[in-house]
Amino acid sequence: MTMTRRELLRTVGLTAGSAAMYRAMVTLGHAQESPYQGRVSLTGEPNGRRVLVLGAGLAGMTAALELRDAGYEVQVLEYREKAGGRCWTLRGGDSYTDLNGVTQTVGFESGYLNPGPWRIPYNHHAVLDYCKRLGVKLEPFIQKNHNAYLHRSDAFGGKPQRFRHIATDYRGHVAELLAKATNKGALDAEVTETDRRKLVESLGTFGVLNDENAYVESETTSEYRGYAQEPGGGQDAAGTPSAPLELGEILQSDLWRWLGDAESVHHQNTIFQPVGGMDMIAQAFARELGDIITFHAKVLSVLQDEDGVTVQYEHAQTGGEPVVVTADWCVCTIPFSILGQMEHNLSSDKSFAIDTMYYEGSVKFGLEFNRRFWEEDEQIFGGISYTDLPIALISYPSHDYLSGEKGVLLGGYVWGADAYQFNAMQPDEAIRWAVEYGARIHPQYPDEFSQGVCVSWHKVPWVLGCYGIWEDKERDYAAAVRMEDGERIVLAGEHLSYLPAWQEGAILSALDAIRQLHDHATTR
Amino acid sequence: MKSFVISLCTGAALALTGFAAVAQDTAAADGQAVETADDGPQTSDFRTFAPTQLEWERFRAAGEITHEGGEAVYNAVCAGCHMPEGGGAVGAGAYPALAENDLLADPSYPIYLVVAGQKAMPPFGNLLDDQQIADVVNYIRSHFGNAFIEEYGEATAAQVKETRP
Repeated sequence: MTMTRRELLRTVGLTAGSAAMYRAMVTLGHAQESPYQGRVSLTGEPNGRRVLVLGAGLAGMTAALELRDAGYEVQVLEYREKAGGRCWTLRGGDSYTDLNGVTQTVGFESGYLNPGPWRIPYNHHAVLDYCKRLGVKLEPFIQKNHNAYLHRSDAFGGKPQRFRHIATDYRGHVAELLAKATNKGALDAEVTETDRRKLVESLGTFGVLNDENAYVESETTSEYRGYAQEPGGGQDAAGTPSAPLELGEILQSDLWRWLGDAESVHHQNTIFQPVGGMDMIAQAFARELGDIITFHAKVLSVLQDEDGVTVQYEHAQTGGEPVVVTADWCVCTIPFSILGQMEHNLSSDKSFAIDTMYYEGSVKFGLEFNRRFWEEDEQIFGGISYTDLPIALISYPSHDYLSGEKGVLLGGYVWGADAYQFNAMQPDEAIRWAVEYGARIHPQYPDEFSQGVCVSWHKVPWVLGCYGIWEDKERDYAAAVRMEDGERIVLAGEHLSYLPAWQEGAILSALDAIRQLHDHATTR
Repeated sequence: MKSFVISLCTGAALALTGFAAVAQDTAAADGQAVETADDGPQTSDFRTFAPTQLEWERFRAAGEITHEGGEAVYNAVCAGCHMPEGGGAVGAGAYPALAENDLLADPSYPIYLVVAGQKAMPPFGNLLDDQQIADVVNYIRSHFGNAFIEEYGEATAAQVKETRP
C-alpha cells in the first residue's frame, strides 16, 4: 500500500506532533523553509556570562532577550531616551529633535506616523513570531487598493486615475492583442496547437474578453473596472457600464509602471501592522527587558582583547566623565554610519566594511487632516496612491476607518534626488511642499489640513540615514558577519542581512550573531 | 547637537494650520515674475502657495538635481547634513563642519569625497554633473570662513571628470 502525501502528513502529525509535521511538510516541499528557524536554543555552559549589547533597536533587543533567557548577564546601551531604534512611531504628545536642532512636537489627535518600517509581510516569520511571543496585536496593512489612484502630472491632464481602471484596462487590452496575435498564427512557433487553444481561452478569462476576444465596454468588464453608475436596489437600479480607456492612452500615460508594486514577495497579501503603531513592537521588547537597558548612553569606544570587551560611553545630552564598562562578550548593533566614527579595534576586514558603507536617505511625512475625506468623499480605505510628484506616494491609514475622527496620511515617502532636496529644507518648509503636491491629487488638502510632521533620515541623530548600502556586498559581507576565533565582538543589524532596511533582516542577523557568540562562549 | 538649538530651533511651531488655497497667476509671492518655459510646468500648477523664483527651481526634474551654481547646489543638497552655515552637526555620530576646514584647501580632496562618498556620506557622482560638483566644491572652499581659491586654485569640471571611477 502506498500512502498519499496527505495521509503521510496526517500520520506524522498524529504520532509526532505539529513540529514534526511541519518539518515533514518542509521535506515534502509543502511549506517553505524560512531562514527563521524558530525560537533560538542556546544550551551549554558559557565561558564568561557578561554581555554588552550596543543599541536597543530590534536587533539589539532580540539579542538581549535571548541571551538573558539563556542565562547571560546582559546590559544594553542605547543612545536615545527610549528603545526601538528605527522601529519608531510618532504620535500626539511626542517630540523629535533632528540634527539641525529643530524640534517638532506632534499634536495629532489620533493616528500616527511610522517614520521607519511600517509593514510586516507575511513571510517575515521572525518578526511575526516575536509579535506573537510578546503579545503585540496585529492588524492587516492594506498595500494594494484598487480604488486608490495612479497619478502623473503629464497624464490624463494631471487627473488621478483609479488603480482598477488602469489595471483592468491594461490587462484587457494586452490580453486582446495577444489573443488576436495567437489566432493569426503569430505565436505558432512558440506554442503547440493544443496550447494555442488553451492560451486563447485563458486570455479571455485573464483579460475579461468577449466571445470575439475583444475587450469592450460591457457589464462584464464593468464588474472588474467598475460601473459608470453602480448597480443599486429598488427602482432604476440597474448599473450603467463604464467605457474602458484606450490602450494607447494607458501606454503613453506611463501609469502602468506602478501596477506590479504589490506583486513582489515582500508586498503581497497578507501584510500586517501593529495596532497603534510600529513601535508597539519596540515597547513590548523594552517591557520584557526592563531595567537592563541603559538609556542616554552615547558609546565612545568599543575595544576587545583576549579577555573581553571594554566600552566607554558618556551621557548623550550632558556628556561628562565617560563611564567604562567591561564584559566578556559584545553584540554591536550600532549602525556603521555611527560605528565608523568611534574608536574600535575590529579586524581590518570588518573595519573596511564599516568604512565603505554609506547610508541611504529617505523622507516621510505624516499629515493630519480634520476629516477623513479620502474615505468619506473618495471611498479609499487604506492602500497607496502613486504619483510622479516628489512626494512619490500617499498612503491612507489601514485602521480606524470611518471613525469620524481626524486622520493621518503618510503624505510622502521619498528617495533619491527629491529626498536630498527635502532633507535640505526645514521641516515646516518640507511639509508645505508635501501639502502642495498632495493637493494636486486630493483637492480637499488645503481646506482640511491640520498639522504635519516630517522625518528625513539623513538628519536623524542616532543613525544618520535610513539603511546601509554596501560598496561590494558579495566581496565584504561574509567577513563582516562572521565572528572569528579570538574575537569578543559580533556585529548585527539590518545592514548585516540580505533583507536590508527590513526589521526581519535585523532580527535574523541578531539571531545568527548570538548563535555564533554562544558557540564561541561554550566551545572555544 | 545642543549648540544648534539656539539659532535654529523652531520649537513646536509648525504653524501651517488652516491656510487656504490661493488664486494663482505667474507673479510670485515676492512680487517678482517667475521664469517658466511655455511648455511644461507652470506656476499656475500651484494650489496652496505662489512659489518664489528660488522655490520654482526646486524639484524641476524627477530624480535629478537641476540647480546650477555652487550656492544653489549647496543649499539644495549639502545644507541638509552639513547645515546652512556649514557648521556640521553632532548626534550619536557627526557630520563634519565645512566651516574653517583646512581639509578643503586642495580641491582634489573635496572633489573625491563628493564623487565617491566617505563613510556614511553617500556618493554624489551619479546625482551631480561635473560642473555642479566643481561649483559646489568651489563654493564651500570660498565660504563659511574658507578662502582657498586664490592660493590653491579653482576646482574645474575637468578635474571632476578625471576623479570619476
